[in-house]
Amino acid sequence: MLKQIQQLGANTLGTLQGLGRATLMLFGALWGRPRPLKNWHLYMKQIYVVGVLSLLIILVSGLFIGMVLALQGYTVLAKFGAEQMLGPLVALSLLRELGPVVTALLFAGRAGSALTAEIGLMKATEQLSSMEMMAVDPLRRVIAPRFWAGVISMPLLALIFNAVGILGGHLVGVDWLGVDAGGYWSAMQANVDFQQDVVNGVIKSIVFAFIVTVIALHKGFDAVPTSEGISQATTQTVVTASLAVLGFDFVLTAVMFGG
Amino acid sequence: MEFGLDKPLVDIQNLTFRRGDRVIYDDMSMQFQRGKVTAIMGPSGIGKTTLLRLIGGQLKPDSGKILFEGADIPTLTRQELYQARKKMSMLFQSGALFTEMSVFDNVAFPIREHTRLPEAIIRTMVLMKLEAVGLRGARDLMPAELSGGMARRAALARAIALDPQLIMYDEPFAGQDPISMGVIVRLIRSLNDALGLTSIVVSHDVAEVMSIADYVYVVAERRVIGHGTPEQLRQHESPLVQQFLQGQADGPVPFHFKAAEYATELMELSR
Repeated sequence: MLKQIQQLGANTLGTLQGLGRATLMLFGALWGRPRPLKNWHLYMKQIYVVGVLSLLIILVSGLFIGMVLALQGYTVLAKFGAEQMLGPLVALSLLRELGPVVTALLFAGRAGSALTAEIGLMKATEQLSSMEMMAVDPLRRVIAPRFWAGVISMPLLALIFNAVGILGGHLVGVDWLGVDAGGYWSAMQANVDFQQDVVNGVIKSIVFAFIVTVIALHKGFDAVPTSEGISQATTQTVVTASLAVLGFDFVLTAVMFGG
Repeated sequence: MEFGLDKPLVDIQNLTFRRGDRVIYDDMSMQFQRGKVTAIMGPSGIGKTTLLRLIGGQLKPDSGKILFEGADIPTLTRQELYQARKKMSMLFQSGALFTEMSVFDNVAFPIREHTRLPEAIIRTMVLMKLEAVGLRGARDLMPAELSGGMARRAALARAIALDPQLIMYDEPFAGQDPISMGVIVRLIRSLNDALGLTSIVVSHDVAEVMSIADYVYVVAERRVIGHGTPEQLRQHESPLVQQFLQGQADGPVPFHFKAAEYATELMELSR
């Protein structure tokens, strides 16, 4: 019993220390005058690696999630004769919830784990240390471009996910199940509010982008520089980031749509 | 600050460093003279690399001074530390080349980061450094395509790219075949003399170190157990120094890790 309480305390302290180190890392990376002009090629490269290379998985998942939503929604709506509400159902589920959340989960698995492994390996092979000894700050040079790349790319990916999902819903609902095409779009237009639904969804995805990217970078930067340590850090990135996204999603949903 | 050339470039005074409860260095002092190759030898696991990181300001000592050109490294502000680091450079054991860049870009990296020279001049500088280590022909290769010895030479070219005053070698001979070992031994000496560098070599390869060092410190048990020119060290009266220099398996440093009595332990098993 005493041991378990001790363990709980130790875990809490460890988590808090980790949060502290993550904050320090972020502070070190972002504090001071950014030099995007001198390092623009680094930023471009990271946006390509983190964002563009994640496009395929986002497109495919978005399409299928939209299709499934339409299929599932149609069977329920048809019972009440409300098939024409399929458009808003697909659009609202995606914009408010599934777009930001699923994108963040996929992003954590696809880009987050890669960031952690890359930085962990740079640490293990002393590349970060040698950079420091060359009087180049690895926080500025390695962490900052990756941070901005993540925060910029993920909300854009979420928007693409939404758009493809709505098209997927159209594909199943209209082209296959025979919902009226005009109804699909006009009901969506009438029921989706820009401020309430689109903007809130974007805000969510920005918050998730921040969370996932910071966790991935911190786990890599803090990794024990051995092969075991890096594999652990990569797993932790996916697990912690996914849980954090789901937790924050609940909080944000309660604040945005709960009242 | 004007600084006398006769004073040591790096002066470590009464350094104490702990890692957790373990004392790594206890009240240790060393001097590294300008223009000389000074070696630090000692058994593995006594924190020789740690010493280089202390000089580079990546770790902070618990007490004591580490003077570089008269400035105490642990007390410098971040900005001053980064300025000081531009004058020193370190060759890591693994080479630590940036894996996503070619050899050329690796060597150009510190020049591009710290100067605004036109690309044509950078090219000339990089080719000169690569020529000095004999890798001009390998400039377009990626680090993964280099052998261990070549990677270390490429890293050496990168380390001298900005003409530092001090260069620190972390186990430069470890894991090298005899030929590349010979190449690196020659390079350390010739670069030191040609570029007017001050070199610190951390190693446990006795023969190589004794052949190039001007001055040697032998470190064991948290302190300096002997120092002098290679000649003086060979005459050193300490049995610990002699055991290390001659590579004897048993002596003041016991062959056996601390354990219970052998016979008792065997009897326990059969009980």
